[in-house]
Amino acid sequence: MVKENNSINNFKNLKTVSINNLSHFYGKNENKKQVLNQVNLNIDKGELVLLKGPSGCGKTTLLTLIGALRTCQKGDLTVLNNQLNGASRKTRQILRRSIGMIFQGHNLLRCLTAEQNVQMGADLIKGLTYLQRREIARNWLSAVGLEEHHKKLPNDLSGGQKQRVAIARALSANPKLLLADEPTSALDSVTGREIVTLLRKLAKEQNCSVLMVTHDPRISDMADRILNMEDGKIYGAHSELI
Amino acid sequence: MSFSFLKFRKIPLAWLLLTRQPLRLAVAIAGISFAGILMFMQLGFRDGLFDTSVTIHKLLDADLVLISPRSKSSISMSGFPKRRLIQTLAVEDVEKTAPVNLNYLLWRNPENLKTRSILALGFNPSDSLLLDEGFAKKAYKLRNPSRVLFDKLSRPEFGPIEQWFLSEKKVETEVAGKRVIVEGLVELGPSFGADGNLITSRETFLRLFPANPPGSIEIGLVKLKKGSDPELISRILNNSLPNDVRVLTKKQFIEFEKNYWKNSTAIGFIFSLGALMGFVVGCVVVYQILYSDVTDHLPEYATLLAMGYRLKSLFFVVAREGFLLALFGYLPAYFSGQILYSVIRSSTKLPIIMDADKTILIFVLVLVMCMGSAAVAMRKLVDADPAEIF
Ligand SMILES: Nc1ncnc2c1ncn2[C@@H]1O[C@H](COP(=O)(O)OP(=O)(O)O)[C@@H](O)[C@H]1O
Ligand SMILES: [Mg+2]
Repeated sequence: MVKENNSINNFKNLKTVSINNLSHFYGKNENKKQVLNQVNLNIDKGELVLLKGPSGCGKTTLLTLIGALRTCQKGDLTVLNNQLNGASRKTRQILRRSIGMIFQGHNLLRCLTAEQNVQMGADLIKGLTYLQRREIARNWLSAVGLEEHHKKLPNDLSGGQKQRVAIARALSANPKLLLADEPTSALDSVTGREIVTLLRKLAKEQNCSVLMVTHDPRISDMADRILNMEDGKIYGAHSELI
Repeated sequence: MSFSFLKFRKIPLAWLLLTRQPLRLAVAIAGISFAGILMFMQLGFRDGLFDTSVTIHKLLDADLVLISPRSKSSISMSGFPKRRLIQTLAVEDVEKTAPVNLNYLLWRNPENLKTRSILALGFNPSDSLLLDEGFAKKAYKLRNPSRVLFDKLSRPEFGPIEQWFLSEKKVETEVAGKRVIVEGLVELGPSFGADGNLITSRETFLRLFPANPPGSIEIGLVKLKKGSDPELISRILNNSLPNDVRVLTKKQFIEFEKNYWKNSTAIGFIFSLGALMGFVVGCVVVYQILYSDVTDHLPEYATLLAMGYRLKSLFFVVAREGFLLALFGYLPAYFSGQILYSVIRSSTKLPIIMDADKTILIFVLVLVMCMGSAAVAMRKLVDADPAEIF
């Protein structure tokens, strides 16, 4: 356990994400289909990277692999200094605590208030008392501008508010990496831009790397780098290839 | 580190999952309580019925009881020689003895003149028969011939004896075709074997039932000196007395009667089956509730896995839901059980009581029901795949 934590924290000189020749397949035998084809990608500490590409090109698959939600089949995938090719279930579960995830649907727990939802993230921090963790949750809720709505259930919040809660929840466990899959697709364009602006500001403050999948052309200007994906291949991953 | 428990305190997810859906929770509680009440009723009736079969046994003023080895229960008592009872006096710890005759005789209802079988006990009025304060005074009246004490809890088919007796109308009727006078009332209660009871002197008993072999009794009561060990003396007596008599402690005598009804009738089976049905109904209800809870929240559970929660902690959430449901469902069942028991007690005279055995047994059954159903519902959690939620 201690060893795992150290390995996550001592990556100072290393990339947040480092991918070499990563391939991924769905299905078996004659139904086998290649979704990722020799992907190469590096993400630096604190960097905000946008990933674009047509539907079905493999963006979500790449995100779930980086998020340690799927077993890595072929190639090198190193996230926060953890080699995920051949990693145990336990290693992946522990690593997930250092990765914040924001989904297309907000995926909040319906039976919990906004504050309790955020605290589900803060509860993963070891060694803090209940009140300290609640304090963290409150602070994050204020940071996304929802301190007045902390008692509300997700059903009583608007789409943009729910996505803010999801951002607060993702950041509350002090992640080193944020993964977001089309976080604005369910929002109108003004709200969408607001949300991404907020996400970018908070991530930069925490020096947290962000990999965001989006179709939204209006937020391209906020990225440090934009990658294009097509047919399981990434273009523009390394500056020298652009 | 004095508040270190605060480190383990988490959002009470199981509690919130249950209570934020009050309607479903109400259905669950109703279902579990219903199952619990059903079990309380079935097991209550079972124990109550077995207890009625030993009302008289429990009241007997004796430490040891002698019976014939051929006796199987109070409805089929055989006789044994009365001198066996006298022989017990040879053991120093025996203080006194009391011979008792027991048989079923025909009682005539003085109102409609129909006859019905009643359990009759005959004893020497100078002996102590029952552990009842006022009984000795009533027993005194049995010294006169043809006098009987009637059990006022006997079924109404025996006639309005209590009513007539209390209105100081002289109650006279026939037992086994011979005239008797009711000299008093006792309170014993009907049982499986007997719809009613009467107590009389041995002299009157033998007059009513002349076919009783001379010198033969059905029950011998033995009272020991203070501080003696009934178990030990019963062993000594069983070894020293001939095989035509069996010595039981009072406790064994009570068990002997209960066991007969437990083993030779389907009563225990029927009521246990009823309780089992309650158990099964409860399992189905809890399983349905928890299974639909897991299914409804599957994407949320998957989100928790994606956040880094262990599958094991999700299992605990469902297990805790099961535990909470057990508590929520058991408490109303317990209190309704208390109320229903007292209603049944007062309306049927059945000695149905909330004893520690039933209280604990049914709690354990409700707990097993809820935790078992939770364990089955948990298997659905394996379908929560964090890779599928993006
Ligand atoms: N679990 C799965 N099993 C089989 N095929 C899948 C699965 N998930 C995605 N696919 C397929 O893989 C391809 C890439 O999907 P995805 O990574 O979701 O693309 P994107 O997010 O870019 O739209 C699609 O053709 C999709 O149909
Ligand atoms: Mg996708």
